[in-house]
Amino acid sequence: MDILIYGTVNSIVFALIAVGFSLVYGVSRIPNFAHGSVYVLVGFLTWSFINDLKLNYALAVLISLIIASIIGLIIYRFILIRLRGLPTSEIIASFAVSLIILEGLRMQGIAGFKGFIGPFYVLQPFIDGKISIFGVFVDYQRLVIIAGGVVILVFLWVFTHHTKTGLSLRAIAQDEQAAMMLGVNSDRTAMISLAIGSALAGLAAVLILPLGNIAAEQGYRVLVYALAVCIIGGLGSWAGTILASFVLGFSMITSTALFGALWENVVLIGTIILILLFKPSGLMGKQKELEERV
Amino acid sequence: MDKDPILRVSGLSKAFGGVQAVHDVSFDLFTGEVLGIIGPNGAGKTTLVNLITGFVTPDSGSVLYKGKNIRGFQPHKIANLGLVRTFQVMRPYHSLAAFKNLIVPLNSPRVRRTSGGKLGDRDSVAIDILEEIGFERDARVPYKTAGSLPLGYLKRLELARCIALRPEVILCDEVFSGLSMSEIASMIPLLEKLQMEGITIMMIEHRLRELFRLADRVAVINFGRKLAEGIPKEVMEREEVKAAYLGTGKRK
Amino acid sequence: MAEKDRRRKRLDRSIKVRCEGLYAVSSWREMGFLALPRLLLILGLLFLPLTLDMYWQRVLCTAGIYALLALSFDFLAEYVGLVCLGGAMFIGFGGYTSGVLNSYFEWSPVVTIPIATLGGAVLSTLVLIPCLRLRGIYFAIVSFMLPLFSVYIIIALGLFGSTEGISALDTLPNIWVEQYVIIGAIITALFAIRRLVNEDIGLIFRGIKDNDQAVRASGISITSYRIKAVFIASLIGSFAGAYLSHLYGWLGLSLFAMDFSILPIAASVMGGMGTLVGPVIGAIILTPMSEALRGFGQLRVVLYCLVLIGFILYKPEGLMNYLERKYHQFERWEEV
Repeated sequence: MDILIYGTVNSIVFALIAVGFSLVYGVSRIPNFAHGSVYVLVGFLTWSFINDLKLNYALAVLISLIIASIIGLIIYRFILIRLRGLPTSEIIASFAVSLIILEGLRMQGIAGFKGFIGPFYVLQPFIDGKISIFGVFVDYQRLVIIAGGVVILVFLWVFTHHTKTGLSLRAIAQDEQAAMMLGVNSDRTAMISLAIGSALAGLAAVLILPLGNIAAEQGYRVLVYALAVCIIGGLGSWAGTILASFVLGFSMITSTALFGALWENVVLIGTIILILLFKPSGLMGKQKELEERV
Repeated sequence: MDKDPILRVSGLSKAFGGVQAVHDVSFDLFTGEVLGIIGPNGAGKTTLVNLITGFVTPDSGSVLYKGKNIRGFQPHKIANLGLVRTFQVMRPYHSLAAFKNLIVPLNSPRVRRTSGGKLGDRDSVAIDILEEIGFERDARVPYKTAGSLPLGYLKRLELARCIALRPEVILCDEVFSGLSMSEIASMIPLLEKLQMEGITIMMIEHRLRELFRLADRVAVINFGRKLAEGIPKEVMEREEVKAAYLGTGKRK
Repeated sequence: MAEKDRRRKRLDRSIKVRCEGLYAVSSWREMGFLALPRLLLILGLLFLPLTLDMYWQRVLCTAGIYALLALSFDFLAEYVGLVCLGGAMFIGFGGYTSGVLNSYFEWSPVVTIPIATLGGAVLSTLVLIPCLRLRGIYFAIVSFMLPLFSVYIIIALGLFGSTEGISALDTLPNIWVEQYVIIGAIITALFAIRRLVNEDIGLIFRGIKDNDQAVRASGISITSYRIKAVFIASLIGSFAGAYLSHLYGWLGLSLFAMDFSILPIAASVMGGMGTLVGPVIGAIILTPMSEALRGFGQLRVVLYCLVLIGFILYKPEGLMNYLERKYHQFERWEEV
């Protein structure tokens, strides 16, 4: 039973982390390697606003999310926009941005910036305490994660199916040329998707980080998880992302329960390798492994 | 001509999303003949070639090449069996010299096999091939950068790429498109020569008059379906073929 | 209204034109024109150690390692179309293999380095095979993830000294051997790859990068050629890793550090992607700069990335391409 609950929590965590990346890739075909770094950045920003500027929690979160979206916009507008169509450069550039942010957060001694080093950075959970469900003790925060995750995912679904902007995102994701012919501005949608993707990374951070502490190294891990979920679910498939989150979430929890926490990484990479060998387009991928383009 | 077709396509179908690109297409290609594939734009002809040569997996149907079912085979494997195709939208290796473009096919397992390991200097083989298809050696045309060649030469280079593989069947996807009348006039003898050497050719074409000089039979494809198959004169008389090209003349 | 419009026109220098094809051997002057850059490079590299003091000689060795990684990155990215974001994986696999062989079996570096070069390459290639059938983006993602995963797994399974690593490995005899081994490796690898990309197999690699559909239609299995290319690149990277473990006599998780993945990329972009020489020189320039900044911690990495982005956006051709162009062509303004 506790596997069921913790598995669900874990799965929603994966889904939250991955959905921002999946959105950006689905819409603009750009792998946003900076995704994990925005996650960590929002965590530290929120922490700073709360502890250094003494803002209240909600306001700090709001401002951090806005900053995250703006950063997403800037990344596209000033860097990626010039590299559209050059896949090598796109990948290298977004990778470089991610390193700038993550390693930058660890810098020390520049203009008095002390750098965020050490396990001291903690965000408070929204509600303290535990509750017992079916005989299993679960933190309230974990329940908040489940609730928050579901709300976000539902909101995204509604957004992409019923609002004009959301529909144009889906249009570009399905067929860029056709959408452009119908008047959808590809650059503008890419910017929007990057802004939303970054905000989603930030939301994930805000919900998940209270479970532990904030550290810059987590940025890499988060990116790895997002990439893993997207590969397993199928790059560009949103349903696949959700499905893969659950597959990964439950299999990692199960392996921890059976074999100990150390094996979960083996399970992770093992699953990725299995998928690449047997169903490379992912569980719900619609493309063949080498895109037919003649 | 043999009785057994060298290529038999049966019930081939493929849908992309909501669009049925190819619907239940069947036809035969007999050894040594030239089969024309004609039909209005967007009828699914290139998709058909992709399906036959393994670039796209069919939803259903079979492709029998020399009696063997090659459905689901990888493109390079099919090419190595002697069934090659040209690309309608060409992108040569533009930074390389023209003859260097042929090095790739000359390194394929098929060429290694059929030459018994004694291919000799691949560069000179490449230049010989190009000379045979009309790249004037004296004018150093084979040495020019592929990116600088005019379209007529590029189309021939694409054909040369296929020839270098020592194929048995060539599927030509609009080799005449974009060429001037005189350029086409010089391509036709080349294709005739290939046919005389025993190579079977299937040609997707829009230029009907030129095609009919070469084709023994034609098949008409429209909206992914085969409308007719037979000798050109008869096929072009059929009502449904005329309707597909010219419209019915009646309002719906 | 008549506007004076000018545009830049680039023309090959006359000596370059005279060097086309066979005519290059027609005079000493032309041969010199072609040979000069290569000679400068070889002599420069060979004599460099003699001009440096002890500290900088050490730095040169490290720079050499990054140079080898940059070379293999450039080869894979510009001649095969695969962007490798995980150079650290080659260093890690090569370094761990040679270190473990040295530590557990007491084989000398003369033996462990070649074995580790081969072994590291085999291991890296095997791990990358699942994604070589697929589009290039998968290679980028998987190569990024692998060094991180290697670290997680080594810690999780407690292998090879886990977080502490293994120390007290044999080191190379003296500073001169250290330097000339790496310089020799760089020169060999550089000219070998240069030669390779013009051989048949190299042309196939370039074809795969340019137009992989045409290559498949020409009867070539692109998966098998990509495997060959990755193997070649990982030989170079694993050698660098094996060398590194015997340079400092120590192996540990830092062999998988992000530094080894990102600095070669920055060096390549700055040095001029596609030139093979440019990345090597870029690494030789960037490494001392990074050493000088060692006191500033992670600022180094931030700096490489800023340099990298700057170059990608504003001078994507890089240094070497720029210099090569200047050497072969001259510009003048022309009225339109």
